[in-house]
Amino acid sequence: MRRRNLEELFFKFLMVLATLIVGGSFFLIVGTIFYKGAPYMTFDMLTKTPGGGFYIGKEGGILNAIIGSMYVAGGATILGLIISIPVAIYLNMYMDGKKFLSNTLRMVFDVLFGIPSIVYGAFGFLIMVYFGLRASLLGGIIAVTLLVIPILVRTLDEVIRTVPLELRDAALSLGSTRWETAKVVLRAIRPGIITAILISFGRAIGDVAAVLFTAGFSDNIPTSLHEPAATLPLAIFFQLGSPIEEVQGRGYASALILTIVVLIITILSELLVKKFYKHKS
Amino acid sequence: MTKDKAHISVQDLNVHIGGNHILKDLNIDIPNKSVTSIIGPSGCGKTTLLKTFNRLHDTAADVKVTGKVLVDGEDIYDPNTEITHIRKKMGLLSQRPYPLPMSIYDNVAYGPRIHGTRKKQDLDIIVEKQLKATALWNEVKDRLHSSATRLSIGQQQRLCLARGLAVGPEIILGDESTSALDPVSTSIIEDLFVKLKQDYSIVLVTHILRQAARVSDYIIFVYDGRIVEYGKTEQVLRNPREELTKEYVKGYIV
Repeated sequence: MRRRNLEELFFKFLMVLATLIVGGSFFLIVGTIFYKGAPYMTFDMLTKTPGGGFYIGKEGGILNAIIGSMYVAGGATILGLIISIPVAIYLNMYMDGKKFLSNTLRMVFDVLFGIPSIVYGAFGFLIMVYFGLRASLLGGIIAVTLLVIPILVRTLDEVIRTVPLELRDAALSLGSTRWETAKVVLRAIRPGIITAILISFGRAIGDVAAVLFTAGFSDNIPTSLHEPAATLPLAIFFQLGSPIEEVQGRGYASALILTIVVLIITILSELLVKKFYKHKS
Repeated sequence: MTKDKAHISVQDLNVHIGGNHILKDLNIDIPNKSVTSIIGPSGCGKTTLLKTFNRLHDTAADVKVTGKVLVDGEDIYDPNTEITHIRKKMGLLSQRPYPLPMSIYDNVAYGPRIHGTRKKQDLDIIVEKQLKATALWNEVKDRLHSSATRLSIGQQQRLCLARGLAVGPEIILGDESTSALDPVSTSIIEDLFVKLKQDYSIVLVTHILRQAARVSDYIIFVYDGRIVEYGKTEQVLRNPREELTKEYVKGYIV
């Protein structure tokens, strides 16, 4: 009996310890970034583009990277949605008798989901070279779109599968065509689409490898798709690589900004997921 | 079998789902403007039979249907038959209400809209008429534009009936339509069926014999994918001809 109790105690201790390590690392990471970045967090960081001095600046801020990242992540998410929604609808509502094919396709998307983002970056770079494009906002958006499509398809696929089959039957019974039925289903999953958008945006804004060759970097806010655009992860990368302590500190401040953006997006999507499941009958 | 003109005529129907033979050599004529109940134990193929009437199996994988189902003399499994046209002729009332994710008004107006009614005045008339037909008008007339999911489940089921009627069907298919409802809502729905049979042919799947007795004119008893007995309600419940039917309805006390 005593042995069993000890065993119980021992494994419970291991579980608590592991949970504490994982949970604690969240606060450690955020805490470190905050500790290192907060002294350099100024209003200018959010509202100004880099000024002169020390390569990427000790003056001004990283507005160029904030706006650039928003453009890249926003553009990629919109483009990704335009492609992913039809795929998810087709997969679920038009491939009825073709279980094998639809499951194979799902597996392909899962594989794409797992491909490291540097591969998408390299692929995007090849496409750009082929079309004779230079590193630009457009290039970055294309590479990140490739990255988020599998995420969007997978999320939308899951969400569509939560819609009861009876709702589709109800729409069909009223004489709807498949596309009209699909529109009813899309209406039913509106909160799910918003969740997919936020997940995709959060992933897109934090990725560095996909934009490394494709988006380029610039101190200016891009005014057209063909201009290079700075992104937050790359700004952090460059700033932390600087030998000057002040610029490094600004790198942590940039990391703090990125973390806060991602945190807001994550919390928003969590809240929406909860709301979504509450409204399901 | 019946004096009435057959509205749905099933000829040599066989249905296989995923290699299982669910319905076996069925032949039935379902009469016009009356209520016909399909009864039988769980898993006997009642719902499968109902779904073959409006080809809802089309959306499921691995379903093979052979034989003919004639509606108004038209073979609905003919490849040239337009599926939306067939489904428009039949309103389906499922086990639980599944209102469309839109307002009460839009739920009823949905069918007419997809079939080409666009004018607001016309839609207003249809919505009011069908909500009155399903005894829902007085309960919802002040909140037509609020979400349909806020209604009680009994109200939702009546809304689903109104939604189906708004398309102008000839046939109403009910798949255990009252199984999720409380007794009061159940009796409202049952009364509606009895009232609606003046204008519609109604086919119900039910496992409640008392319900079949209350609302239906004819009863089809299905057992293990075959039709065991088909006749007037009185006769099937009181004087079943077949042993299997006797066994099944003996719990029913008149």
